[in-house]
Formats: sequence, structure tokens, C-alpha cells
Amino acid sequence: MPSASETGAPAPARLGDDEFAIRVEDVSVTYRTPLDRKPTLKGRLTRRQDSGYREIEAVKHVTFDVRRGAVMGVMGANGAGKSTLMRTVAGILPPVSGRIEVVGRVSTLLSLGVGFNRDLTGRENVMLGGLAAGLTREALKERYDEIVAFAELEDFMDMPMRTYSSGMYGRLGFSVAVNMEPDILVIDEALSVGDARFRRKSFKKMRQLCKQDRTIMLVSHSLGSILDLADDAIWLDKGELRMQGEPKAVIDSYADFLGVEEDAVTMDDV
Amino acid sequence: MTGSSLLRIATETSKPPARGLKGRRPDEFNAERQVYEPHRVGLPPIGPYMRELWRRREFAFELARTNMRAQHLDTVFGRLWLVLNPLMLAGVYFVLVDIIRKGPSRGEDFLAHLIAGIFAYYFVSGSVREGARTVTRRGRLVLNTAFPRVLLPVSSVIGHFLRFLPTLAIYAVVHLVTGLPINANDLFAIPLIVLFTMVSLGLSMFVSTLQVYFRDLAQFLPYLLRLWLYLSPILYFADEVPDKYEIFIWLNPIGALLTAWSDVLIKGQAPSLFLWGVASAWAVGVVIVGGLFFMSRERDFAVRL
Repeated sequence: MPSASETGAPAPARLGDDEFAIRVEDVSVTYRTPLDRKPTLKGRLTRRQDSGYREIEAVKHVTFDVRRGAVMGVMGANGAGKSTLMRTVAGILPPVSGRIEVVGRVSTLLSLGVGFNRDLTGRENVMLGGLAAGLTREALKERYDEIVAFAELEDFMDMPMRTYSSGMYGRLGFSVAVNMEPDILVIDEALSVGDARFRRKSFKKMRQLCKQDRTIMLVSHSLGSILDLADDAIWLDKGELRMQGEPKAVIDSYADFLGVEEDAVTMDDV
Repeated sequence: MTGSSLLRIATETSKPPARGLKGRRPDEFNAERQVYEPHRVGLPPIGPYMRELWRRREFAFELARTNMRAQHLDTVFGRLWLVLNPLMLAGVYFVLVDIIRKGPSRGEDFLAHLIAGIFAYYFVSGSVREGARTVTRRGRLVLNTAFPRVLLPVSSVIGHFLRFLPTLAIYAVVHLVTGLPINANDLFAIPLIVLFTMVSLGLSMFVSTLQVYFRDLAQFLPYLLRLWLYLSPILYFADEVPDKYEIFIWLNPIGALLTAWSDVLIKGQAPSLFLWGVASAWAVGVVIVGGLFFMSRERDFAVRL
């Protein structure tokens, strides 16, 4: 099993300088997280001993390349560091060591949705999300109808998002992320939202993006989705890169590791 | 241009980036390369950060406008409330500090001074009060999108500047009705407004960072702001302050500023060089300290929300 850990084991095949869209080199991400859910001044002043923080090594010496125009599937158990790695690739979290090189504009759809404020309308959220992501107002206006049509939310755009169902939430998030015409799309566990029909539609859209030479990083617990869409896959375990390779091979090893059969359930969600 | 420059050390472009040009599609810049590396110092590289900030200024404006819409401040009654609220507050304080006290009333000049001072103070304190929660309330956005986080406190200041403008019109009416002088010195109000804005921004950046670490700060803030109002030369003229307490005017970030504000608007005279010096020093200092504090901490926000 090829492994790239901190021991400096042979790194996975590197791509040439003009072939990769994302290059992750020996990246580690560590952060201190407060044990209190909400740190307060009162809490700080009244706590007897100062043990309010825990150091979390979320990603440890991970190295891999993602080829331009490819879909990279990312799998791993809960807490394996997938989301942290995705946020680091998107430039939201800083690496503690190592280096990440990204060629092109990144659009993200991470586990919490697209930064939506539930009290604002769908329209306002799309505008704010797009502007924050660096699009111009003109570009957003151009794409707005397409975003709404893809999410099938024409009648709901002027309603506060707290009135949306979770499926509608997910559809709008996905639609915004894919319609920003990103060079690189980072999707974290977003495929389980929406019904079977929307899911099929989102697969089709992602394939279409790949044909346009755009790159996708797809984090999913659904091994079926990765098998179906990915050209390459990585498996993260406790922050380390356990394996990179053909999706089928990585899925087999990962399923072995989890001790589960590749049945209908695991292919759908593990 | 992509992602954020928050973490960017080096940016290489294969063609010159046409930043800030409206109407250009961002995918024209897709040959761009971003490199994320650990910061060697606490601060992101200032140049690219500022450029990215400028490029995404629309976001700050849109966020400010959306917030005002959410509070229905875009309706007629909303706008009315916006000016009535500080005006009524000025009325309450006028009753409190001028009518219910010994000695003769300080008259119309004092009423105008009080109104001008309260309006300016409202701009600063409103920015700070909303600024405190501006990062923590946008947790989802901060966790999902990479952008210069300074845009958040900037948007809170923009929002309160937009609320401040109509109150200036009300002040103008008060100024005319009370028969205060109108002369060229009134134009000094413009640079003073710039200084008020700088203080608002600096303090907003400062408290919004603190709020990430101490979530109860926003609860203490109203008391501090109330105290700040009483320590500022608003409910009294600066020259009424006894000599031994005068130091508190200069130690107050808006003390000299409000004194100059009253000099210009009420007395119709140019502020002294000393006042300009103290007011500008505070404004510049607060922006630099608040900005550096915010920017050196903002990489940490995503893991603390």
C-alpha cells in the first residue's frame, strides 16, 4: 500500500508543473480549540485552572497532487481531517507547515452550506455569497437566473431562508457553488442533500464541469459517488494520507479497513 | 482572482491582473496561481491583502445594505426612526442636563451642540456595537469562504455611516433654526467626519476580534459605551470641564474630535492645531492598532467560530 507519511516514504507520483490544479506538499494543520463551546471573559476570569484548550492535529504531513480536469475523491472516517484539508486547500485555514499551490479560482461547498444567513432571502444570500467569493456584481447578475433555475427555487428566492427545507438549502448551496464557474470546485459531503433526481442532476453537472477542464475535489461518505465520479482518490486516516490511487483500489482498502462489505448501504453511505 | 489573499505569500500571474475593473469576468484571471504557506509573521502580506480588500469592496456595501434592509431601514418609517431615535435621545438629555439643573439655561447653542455631538457619537458607538458581533455572527461565511475578513467590520462602519448621513441633514435644520453662523469654517466638518469614520473602523476591528475570544464582550459593551458617552464632551461643552479633569478629554479617542466638531459647527471657528493633532493622532492610532490586531488574528477566526 503506497503511503506518504512523515517518515518521508516515497511520495506519490508527482505531476508536471502544468498538469496539476492543486499541489499539496507536506502540509500539516494544527489548531487549538477551546473546550468551552463559547469562550467568555467571565469564564476566563472564573476558571480555576487554565486548561481551556486542546491541541488538535487535524492534518499531518499530507502530500498529493490533483490533476487539472480530474475529480479527486476524498474518503475517510469522521474526524479524519477531510474538512480541515478542504478548508486549507480553499485558503480558509492556514497550514502550520508545508505548502499548497492552487491554480485557478476555487469555489467551495463545505459541510455547513454556503455561508448562508437564514434570516436573509435566498436572493440576498446568493448575492452576498458570490460577492464574498470574489465575483463581480455583473457576473453574479449574469448567472443568477441559471443558479435559481438549477436549484429549482424560482418561487422561493424572495423568501427568508429559514423557511427553506434542508433539501432546498442544499440545492441552492450546490447550485451557487457549481455555477460560479470555478476552476476548482471543492465539495464536502454535499451530495446527500436533495432527492435522487437532484442528485443525478448534480452528478451530470459535475461531469460537465470536468469536461470543461475544471477540477473537482469531492469529499463523500458515499463510496458509490466516488466510484462513479472520481478519477483518482485519497484516503485520510487520523490526519494522515493512507493511500492515493485508482478509486476502486482505494475504496476496496478503505472498506476493508472499516470492516464493512461493499453492499448497497456502504456504497450509498459509509 | 481567486480564493483569498489571506494566506498568500506569493502571487504569480501569467498576465497582469486587471483588478477592480468592473464588468470583467473573474474567470479571465484563471491562470492565476495561489500559494498558501504558513505565515512567518502574524500578519498576512499587506499589499495583496489591501488589493483583495479593494476588489471585494462591493461585498462590504452589499452586506451593509442587506443588514439595513433586514432591519426595515429602507422603508419610509424605518428612515424616520433612524433620525427620530437620536433626536429623541438628544431631547431626553437636554431635559436632563440643561432644564433640570440650577442656573440659567445654556440656550439654543447648547441644544445644537448636544444634537451634533449625539449624532456623531451615535455613528461611532453604533459601528462599534454592531462591529462587535460582525465576525461571530457570520460564522458560516467565515468557515466557508476565503475573503479578507476586514470586510466585515468595514461593512458595519459603512452601514452606520449610511445611518449617520440623514441625521446630518436634521442637524443642518437645527443649525439654521437656532441661527448659528454659517461660514467657510463649517467645511472643516468634512475632515472631522473622516476622522470619526477612522475611529469607528479602528474600534470596530478591535472589538470584533476580541469578541471572537470573549463572546460575552458584546454584553458588557453597552455599559462601556454609556460611560464613554458621559466622559465625552457631548452633554457639556469641552471648555466647561474643570482643568484637573481636562486630561480625560485628551485620553478619550473622540474627546478632541468632539471638541473640534463643536468648535466648527457651534462656534463657527476653525479648530486649533493642537485639537487637529490630538484628534488625528487618535484616529490614525486607533485604525493602525485595530487593523493590525484584527489582521494578525483573522487566520485564527475559522477555528474559533
